[in-house]
Amino acid sequence: MWINFSYLCWAISAALAAWMLFDWYKIDTTYSESVLTSSREGEIESTAEKQKV
Amino acid sequence: MSHATTASTIPQKISLSRVLGPAHVWALGVGIVLVGEYTGWNFSADKGGSLAALIVCWVIGLLYTSVAMIDSEVTSTIAAAGGQYAQAKHIVGPLMAFNVALYMVFAYTMLEVSDAILVGDTIVAKAATDGLNHNAFLALTIVGLAWLNYRGVLMTLNFNFIITALAYAAIVILFLSVSPWSQGTVLKLGDMVTPQNGLPYGWIGVIASFHFGIWYFLGIEGTTQAAEEVRSPARALPYGTMAGMITLLIAGAMTWYVCASLMPWEYLGITAYPLWDAGKLTGNPLLENMMFIATLLAAIASANGCVNDSARAWFSLGRDRYLPTWFSAVHPKYRTPYRSILFLLPIALAFAFISDLNQAITFSILSGVLQYTFMSINIVMFRNKWPLGSIQRGYTHPFHPLPAIVLFILCVITFFAIFLGYGAQLTAMVSFYLIVSIWFHFYRYQYVKRGDQFTMPWPKPIGY
Repeated sequence: MWINFSYLCWAISAALAAWMLFDWYKIDTTYSESVLTSSREGEIESTAEKQKV
Repeated sequence: MSHATTASTIPQKISLSRVLGPAHVWALGVGIVLVGEYTGWNFSADKGGSLAALIVCWVIGLLYTSVAMIDSEVTSTIAAAGGQYAQAKHIVGPLMAFNVALYMVFAYTMLEVSDAILVGDTIVAKAATDGLNHNAFLALTIVGLAWLNYRGVLMTLNFNFIITALAYAAIVILFLSVSPWSQGTVLKLGDMVTPQNGLPYGWIGVIASFHFGIWYFLGIEGTTQAAEEVRSPARALPYGTMAGMITLLIAGAMTWYVCASLMPWEYLGITAYPLWDAGKLTGNPLLENMMFIATLLAAIASANGCVNDSARAWFSLGRDRYLPTWFSAVHPKYRTPYRSILFLLPIALAFAFISDLNQAITFSILSGVLQYTFMSINIVMFRNKWPLGSIQRGYTHPFHPLPAIVLFILCVITFFAIFLGYGAQLTAMVSFYLIVSIWFHFYRYQYVKRGDQFTMPWPKPIGY
């Protein structure tokens, strides 16, 4: 049982890694580099109110 | 978690989400640290006996109380991702900041590696199955937590809050289950710790035990990494950090009392699972299984907080061009430093597969103590350059400069203790930081936009 459980762990790890790589590719090809790296220290006050949580 | 920003409307600016409260700060700090009660602290008994493990609990508790007080004041004033890195940048200078960020990345990445190894080893020990090794469990811990962190900080720290609270509750339940008010029923402290074996190596053993005594509280300073994502830094950071420190002091004392009353110091000092073993020694299968699960939860909570913190430190370095700006990308949907999370993922995996637990723990401790030494100097410079009243502080810690002096002295003692056991690693690590400092000063700093990195609207410091 434990051996099978370890195979399941490998499979889930691979699936999660693949999802993150796919999402990374999708985001990097959808948004420009200047937008993705637009965060600046000290600007949190001016942007925080624009988000809904 | 949802955002006003959608894929159809591409934003012009993306920043981290300010969605966290004091409970999340508590979950981040205590989550990183609590694993130290489940394993790590007990190796101090091997260095100096059970009584040394108790002495060092309180003395190191003093060190970390100083850390929490100092951190709360500086971070509630400099509320930026990167925590101590942003503090060092504004108060000491860029070279110190670069080093402090590396201390943090190393401390948290190595702690994450240690946690993942602990998860794997604990499951393998429980399974007791031939041919089963820990690699699959290491991989799932590291990749799964990277995925969780990738998907958003609110979900990550809500998850951490729940599993940390469960792991903490397990310590309290174990403590209450062994009738702590009635010695001799289950606990036998008088038999286990005697005047003859309390300090088997004398006071030099107490000094040596500082090395692993650090594990009672290692990582509480990680709360500062949430500075840019809490709704109210001035309130949430001091409140969450101080509450976390109080919680951990109570947990440390309960853990020592139960474990030292059930195990002789010779065994306590070498076991990898002191609380799980304590559960076994009660003879109650329910307690045994509860402590097994709680060990896993504590290790996962710690690794989760470490992924969060190391990624933010790395992200901050990229944002100030101390490293390529590529690392400063924020995910437009999840508002996380996704490239930093992904970059550090294979590094953690590689260390987890090739290093052993002792080496990983020692590198984490070394980087942590270097950081604490910096903090003792940093707060003195902060108070001298911007005295009370010159800038608005979210929190002002009392008794200055006493906490800074106590912190510095205890850091020196801890370095000596580490040198006694791991002198080669200490020398190697200091040499590494020296080499990367030279690289930063002579090569990398030319790419930094010098005026842009100082973002606090403060008056000119005294003396400049």
